[in-house]
Amino acid sequence: MKNVYLDNNATTMVAPEVIQAMQPFFEAFWGNPSSMHAFGGEVRRHIDTARAAVADLLGAEPGEIIFTGCGTESDNMAIHGALEAADRPLNIITSRVEHLAVLSTCRHAAETRGCRLIELGVDGAGQLDLAELRKALAEGPALVSLMWANNETGVVFPIEEIAAIVKQAGGLFHTDAVQAVGKVPIDLRNVPVDMLSLSGHKLHAAKGIGALYVRKGTRIVPLLHGGHQEEGKRAGTENVPYIVGLGRACELSAAHMAEEAEAVPKLRDRLEQGLLASCPDVYVNGDRNNRLPNTTNVSFEFIEGEAILYDLNDLGIAASSGSACTSGSLEPSHVLRAMGVPFTRAHGSVRFSLSRYTTAEEVDYVIERMPGIARRLRALSPFAST
Amino acid sequence: MWDYTEKVLDHFRNPRNVGIVEEPDGIGEVGSMACGDALKLSFKLDGDGRIADAKFQTFGCASAIASSSALTEIIKGMSLEEAAKVTNKDIADYLGGLPEQKQHCSVMGREALELAIENYRTGQSAGKKQLEGTVTCKCFGVTEAEIERVVRENNLTRVEQVTDYCKAGGGCGMCQPEIEKIIEKVRLEILQSKSAQSPAPRRPLTNIQRIHLIEETIEREIRPLLKNDGGDIELVDVQGNKVIVAFRGMCANCQIAPFTMKDVVEAKLREFVADDIIAVEAEP
Repeated sequence: MKNVYLDNNATTMVAPEVIQAMQPFFEAFWGNPSSMHAFGGEVRRHIDTARAAVADLLGAEPGEIIFTGCGTESDNMAIHGALEAADRPLNIITSRVEHLAVLSTCRHAAETRGCRLIELGVDGAGQLDLAELRKALAEGPALVSLMWANNETGVVFPIEEIAAIVKQAGGLFHTDAVQAVGKVPIDLRNVPVDMLSLSGHKLHAAKGIGALYVRKGTRIVPLLHGGHQEEGKRAGTENVPYIVGLGRACELSAAHMAEEAEAVPKLRDRLEQGLLASCPDVYVNGDRNNRLPNTTNVSFEFIEGEAILYDLNDLGIAASSGSACTSGSLEPSHVLRAMGVPFTRAHGSVRFSLSRYTTAEEVDYVIERMPGIARRLRALSPFAST
Repeated sequence: MWDYTEKVLDHFRNPRNVGIVEEPDGIGEVGSMACGDALKLSFKLDGDGRIADAKFQTFGCASAIASSSALTEIIKGMSLEEAAKVTNKDIADYLGGLPEQKQHCSVMGREALELAIENYRTGQSAGKKQLEGTVTCKCFGVTEAEIERVVRENNLTRVEQVTDYCKAGGGCGMCQPEIEKIIEKVRLEILQSKSAQSPAPRRPLTNIQRIHLIEETIEREIRPLLKNDGGDIELVDVQGNKVIVAFRGMCANCQIAPFTMKDVVEAKLREFVADDIIAVEAEP
């Protein structure tokens, strides 16, 4: 059977080069980097190299990178850490389309710390109204957390502009860039972001490693207290093999960026155009002009997402859906609902997310098989006229 | 992925009886596209009043499609009286079970069947769900009566289960305290109806069972009371209806030990083990 993986916003294949880079740190270099002997000293140097590689991909200084366990930890550390370190209570400003790692954390922080929480809405394309952000910032000193790119729709926020607005108002700015890092160029020398979260397994590193960028001079209180690792900002013995793997993945991303920026969106557009042309009653969700190069989110009217995913899976195709049945709740994706996508379309939404490993042949296979799936499920549906 | 049985996957991949029967005798429609699943069931009777043909159209996930397909297979050949007794559990069982969070798919099947039968009997063209009485869950339009029914028929105890079975409480969550109250009410009713039935006559206990029961009663009912006052008790022997115990701790030298023996130890043993028990203190 075919094996077509188009769910790269969920997780990515670990690059063979990454596995190769990690391997020695299970076998030869198992020392504790904090140790005062050669076992540890050797290992420490590799952590430094990895830190530099992560920093390079972001246009940051190595000293501004803190390794964490995952993107969710990075988000929690940024939000709780900054609120805790602030010398006065801050309002929290976020958006209704954030990943739950940010949205739930903001809601929890607001509740437990008694902060005011402002959740910005989005328009039908999934974009913010920046006037609304300015208005929210005028309400008092704030921590702003807005994502660089949306995991479900791929919609990219104008982060440069947002960061400038937040800094002008004297606010603190965190961005969840878990979906953006490695997919779009990021240069923090030119974008005044205070904190940025990233996750290894979204860019072909392994699961269980993330990082938080904290701009020099930005104060945060650690989540994990203990030893002096990560300059006291994240205690706990370093997860060396995974840190090394993340470093390698960042090097690969930097090396492939230009070529990917060319090839991946071409394939994505080919898929999207192919589906729109071959299946009736299909709609694209989200701002098509400001979008990650690898993501398309399409809605198939009159049929339900989970059923589509099972049919795709039977053909060896992996994708995701924002339907209620797949979200583990009874309501469809909070992102699509915030965009005002009608429930009927949200239930039939499917996200295809590509990677540098996706081929034209795979895309064509999906284009070829999708109309049959839509026809079969619509033939069962009481709402489809056909 | 969900933990679907092979039978669920089979009915999803190869659904039986898709469509609308010609000149149907009964039609039932539940759900909506907004709710995430919907089912239109139609059937035709033969000359003997049995269901000769049944067909479905479903919008929904794999288990919704499989549940609908299973339903049509179950009811074919049934009389309407038999069909009226089909429960959501029958549908789930037919499929070899459904994941807990997917039980509402089987409930949707049962609801559509009821509406189709009602549509046949009353001849009203509707065959659609009417919200009668109090609507508890406004997000999914689920009434108090419907919640009571899934709780009763499936012996549910928690709000999340009610959500799994009929979606109520799964939207904004505002009605969850209401659902909690409904569960309590139904469980109380079940309990009362059980205790109202005359208890089965007690079978005589074997000696071993009797001693176990005495030990259990001491452990659960008597010792905690004595421990409150720093005392304790030990079972020494059982001879017929005579239970010999020794007091320990504060009870050992207690002035009112004889009263404790009669009013606590003997009373509890008589209540939980047998009416004729006599509790006595062991000879020192």
